[in-house]
Amino acid sequence: MADITNQSLNEIIENVKTKKVSSTELIKAYVKNIESAKKLNAFVTTTFDQALDKAKQFDNKPNFDQLLPGIPLAVKDLFCTENTKTTAGSNILNNFIPSYESTVTKNLWNHGSFLLGKLNCDEFAMGSSNETSHYGNVINPVGDQLVPGGSSGGSSSALAADLTPATIGTDTGGSIRQPASFTGTVGLKPTYGLCSRWGIVAFASSLDQAGPMTKTIKDCAIMLEAMSGFDEKDSTSINKKKEQYSKNLKDNIKGLKIGIPKEYRVDNMPKEVDELWEKGKKILKDLGAQLIDISLPHTKYALPTYYIVAPAEASSNLARYDGVRYGYRSKQGKDLIEMYEKTRSEGFGDEVKRRILIGTYVLSSGYYDAYYLKAQKVRQLIKKDFDDSFKKIDAILTPSTPSSAFKIGEKTNDPVSMYLNDIFTVPVNLAGLPALSMPAGVDKQGHPLGLQLIGKALDEQKILNIGYAFEKNCGFKNKIKKWWS
Amino acid sequence: MSLDKEKIKHVAKLARISVDEAKVESLTKDLNSIFKFIEQLNELNTDKVEPLTSILNQSLRSRKDEISDGKIREKILKNSPKENEEFFVVPKVVE
Repeated sequence: MADITNQSLNEIIENVKTKKVSSTELIKAYVKNIESAKKLNAFVTTTFDQALDKAKQFDNKPNFDQLLPGIPLAVKDLFCTENTKTTAGSNILNNFIPSYESTVTKNLWNHGSFLLGKLNCDEFAMGSSNETSHYGNVINPVGDQLVPGGSSGGSSSALAADLTPATIGTDTGGSIRQPASFTGTVGLKPTYGLCSRWGIVAFASSLDQAGPMTKTIKDCAIMLEAMSGFDEKDSTSINKKKEQYSKNLKDNIKGLKIGIPKEYRVDNMPKEVDELWEKGKKILKDLGAQLIDISLPHTKYALPTYYIVAPAEASSNLARYDGVRYGYRSKQGKDLIEMYEKTRSEGFGDEVKRRILIGTYVLSSGYYDAYYLKAQKVRQLIKKDFDDSFKKIDAILTPSTPSSAFKIGEKTNDPVSMYLNDIFTVPVNLAGLPALSMPAGVDKQGHPLGLQLIGKALDEQKILNIGYAFEKNCGFKNKIKKWWS
Repeated sequence: MSLDKEKIKHVAKLARISVDEAKVESLTKDLNSIFKFIEQLNELNTDKVEPLTSILNQSLRSRKDEISDGKIREKILKNSPKENEEFFVVPKVVE
């Protein structure tokens, strides 16, 4: 049959179910793609032999009633995978082989899929361009000089280049939605607590959330359904009935109220971003939705708040990397303290060190009130902005990012300009809400741009439905030429 | 507020990260630009605002204090950089 790897996950599943393609054929097609795409540097580890065994097992005794029957999936290298190296993009975990499986990946495997490999990411998910990984930059399939976004940059690159039918990432401040926007793909950050954090290498525990990255909205619904669910091993996991997001997907959005926040604009924002936002509004309006102007007055304080809360939590979470129980240990260091200091200095990259130092400082004696407590108060105000608005609307439409993918090296010398890339995505994490980035068009260079739909807590179905209706009427088509093979 | 090199060395000590003397200069510059950005928050009066400590409208669950696994010493020691039979090994601490 024609190249199966450029189809959507949903189409591939249908082809497996109707026996037009076997799981073994599927994996062979992806292995071929992956081997010819080494230039993209999307993979840190591949698990082809293991995947081929699983595919053969599936083909010998297929179960087509599962959500992901015989589907190979590559995942971000932040998810612990039993007996498969898990690096989190860091040198300090360059030899770490977990003896356990993260809940989210286990859920995916329980629905019939299996691991194809581990995808590159910014070190400990700290970055917006996949340039902080110890395992090298990932390239955006859209253009050989472009970053794929971050931190889930290996995920977005692999997905857009047909190296995996769908994937998962993690999103602490935009790490799923921004790379999705940069590659013309769909990315969803679920409500905090919907997907278990157990077995995911921790960055900032009050913000981290795993979510799907896919080619279509329908695929996104399928993946979310498979990966989400209550987990008693995560104390912040929400105990609620499982939803059938894909079965309940509807494209009727008549009468829904869509909020348009006036604060989602930045200086020097390319006019294409504004035009695209207008186009998005028009599409939703034509489909019968009602547009309502809203104000989220504390939006500009979201990033400064984030850069206190996230590093503070990271400095605590990353204290565990001490060279004693697992991971890298420095050969230097004459006593225990010096061994810790050398191990952490050699094991962590510059961006991770910067954030640990910021976090240590804002939590240190005498500064806690001025920084951390202050940030928690502003976080309350940011959440209240959303709570107030959602009393009168169903969802919010904004651009996903203030620009399309930038060039490799363009922002690496200025941390603050890099951070500004997450200006539209960070508020959602601070408020714990679900948000979807969907491809909507291209800028004048032909690089993809996304629009973001923000929902109420646990209202994933509604934003997926709006996205589904939008997708059918937007006519976006990702035109990636396979220059790398 | 600005961070000087001494302060940064002190924080690095607290974080147990040794910092290359040659890198202190650029680190100081980067951290100061980040703090300048962060300190925009001081424009806001938050005297009457309660800090947000949980975004979920639920308190953390507690579980029964029971052993749910065990006998996994080998698995736990498997990833250690240096071990000796049943223990993690670190540089000598007590003379």
